[in-house]
Amino acid sequence: MAVNPNFAAPPGARQSREPLTTRMIRATETDTRMLGMLGALLLIWICFHIFSDGRFLTPRNLWNLSVQTSSVAIMSTGMVLIIVTRHIDLSVGSILGFVAMIMGVTQTAFLPDFLGANNSFTWALTLVAGMLAGAAIGGLHGYVIAYLGVPAFIVTLGGLLVWRGAAWWVTSGQTVAPMDDNFRLMGGGPYGAIGAFWSWVVGAIACAGIVSMIAIGRRNRQRFNFPLRPVLAELTLALAGCAAVLGAVAVANSYAWPRGIVNRYATANNIEVPEGGLFIAHGIAIPVLIAVCVGIIMTFVATRTRFGRYVFAMGGNPEAAELAGINTRWVTMKIFILMGVLCAIAGAISTARLNASTNAQGTLDELLVIAAAVIGGTSLSGGIGTISGAIIGALVMQSLQSGMVLLGVDAPFQNVVVGVVLVLAVWLDGLYRRRSV
Amino acid sequence: MNLSETGASDKVVEMQDCSISFGGIHAVDHASLDLHKGEVVALLGHNGAGKSTFIKLLSGAYKRDSGDIRVRGEKAIINNPRDAKAYGIETIYQTLALADNVDTAANLYLGRELRTAWGTLDDVAMEASAREVMGRLNPRFQRFKEPVKALSGGQRQSVAIARAILFDAQILIMDEPTAALGPQETAQVGELIKQLKADGISIFLISHDIDDVFELADKVAVMKNGQMVGTAPLDAVTRDEVLGMIILGKCPAGAIPGPGAMLD
Repeated sequence: MAVNPNFAAPPGARQSREPLTTRMIRATETDTRMLGMLGALLLIWICFHIFSDGRFLTPRNLWNLSVQTSSVAIMSTGMVLIIVTRHIDLSVGSILGFVAMIMGVTQTAFLPDFLGANNSFTWALTLVAGMLAGAAIGGLHGYVIAYLGVPAFIVTLGGLLVWRGAAWWVTSGQTVAPMDDNFRLMGGGPYGAIGAFWSWVVGAIACAGIVSMIAIGRRNRQRFNFPLRPVLAELTLALAGCAAVLGAVAVANSYAWPRGIVNRYATANNIEVPEGGLFIAHGIAIPVLIAVCVGIIMTFVATRTRFGRYVFAMGGNPEAAELAGINTRWVTMKIFILMGVLCAIAGAISTARLNASTNAQGTLDELLVIAAAVIGGTSLSGGIGTISGAIIGALVMQSLQSGMVLLGVDAPFQNVVVGVVLVLAVWLDGLYRRRSV
Repeated sequence: MNLSETGASDKVVEMQDCSISFGGIHAVDHASLDLHKGEVVALLGHNGAGKSTFIKLLSGAYKRDSGDIRVRGEKAIINNPRDAKAYGIETIYQTLALADNVDTAANLYLGRELRTAWGTLDDVAMEASAREVMGRLNPRFQRFKEPVKALSGGQRQSVAIARAILFDAQILIMDEPTAALGPQETAQVGELIKQLKADGISIFLISHDIDDVFELADKVAVMKNGQMVGTAPLDAVTRDEVLGMIILGKCPAGAIPGPGAMLD
């Protein structure tokens, strides 16, 4: 195809003098910041692996890590939008606790009266009830912040106290347990994973998605005669994406069910257990699948919709956004509603995993969520941040914590490390940004 | 359109007796001004004379305390920038009002993004038309992928102007459009204003530069201390007389005096 000469790439002479990696990064338009974060994550993993005598990079540990990360990762995707618009939400842990309590009571005390125990709709109705409650709470916060002009820090600090108190008040402090059988699948565990076959199916769909997105992007650029990425770069991107997906599926599929559960399952289904035990793979855990879906949807919302565009424009220059005719108050309120819904989803996962809702659930989660977003490159001065970065940030935080548990580090010292890493990460990020702008 | 009913000839904007104060300061004090179709009205005055504030009442950035605004003869309710845009009023602000962290195309279409059939942002189409509009305005401009923060003052100015002309504005407010520009770019903006005027667009031009004003405008209005000194067709006054209006508030014979005119 004919490339319009006006859009020609920078002079070739400059390119050939650069090392191969630099040219590669330029050609694939890779976000070097993201690359650095993945490198840091890998470094953390390898260090823990060495110091724990090879117990960190095992299918079992990685699988558990992925499940433990889900809840914070889901909330951090919403926190990105909040921080991008120069707000903050200190109440997410308390909202999670209160909504989890509501969902606990809904499925144990309320719905069984109408549907009977373990009805197959119970989990869905419970989740919807939780999401509505989360949306209402987020909407209330958003209304006070956007329309009454109270700073988000204060509103959500109030929310932190109010909803934690409200969580206690739902059952007067009693723990609600056990949960509905189907609802519990959202928390992971051997039954809360989709198994080897469906994991491969999901992996194949994801690979097809990656390839078709690259292809569609290329076709769109061709349509308008924009400069294209080299074919080799596109192929590298596609291959790297597919390899990462299939690698993750392979890891999840090599983590077998524990022997006791396999034997019970075999007895229940009349399967003969062969010599040396039966291998049944976990596959991808349902909470991880939920978190990945949330990540994809939130990335779509942030980058492909008007709402997302407004969020970033408001973060870059709130006055300009208002003058451009954006209804900034309503957008702000919508962001907080979204945050409330995400808290409910995260609350469902954590309730299902605990098989109980307690009034202390989610305590201090707000700090983990904010830290994940900030480590993931969200700038507190607004306008900058990515969903994928926040998810990796959540993974970094969780890796540090579970790695230290594996090494037997004392709990108080774990907090010291996490705190130092947070400050260090933001300092390094600041250095990187100042150099690149 | 009921122009004949109101008998308002071809007035597209009538600002009548508008006031706004901040605390105890009367930033705009009972000021009135009309704009006819296809006319360029220059608004002059010292720093702090209230020009920008007065015009922001029309663009919806501020809400007036009292007074009426009529657009095409009908009483207009303008409480925020969205209301003003609904009347076809576009503004290029002195502060440029760009979102620094997003790219040129996103800024050009901020507030009314092009969307695909599925309701998602059509970034490719927006970039294509951004390239076309910017190509007309500033042919050497190539940095479409970068956030506007990375652009020079002149380039940012072109983005702000392109933003206003992209949307078929019928009434255009330009607040110091050439403040950040070099001589060549200033000349381009001058050409652009003439072209827009020929297309029947009515323009309020706020400027410091009296040469610009005499080259581009049909009518001049001068403000001082929040009050209107007077308005005059440009062929009825000299440069010195306009300077006298700005500096002394003295209204010459060819001008229609306003409430702010110095009484002899």
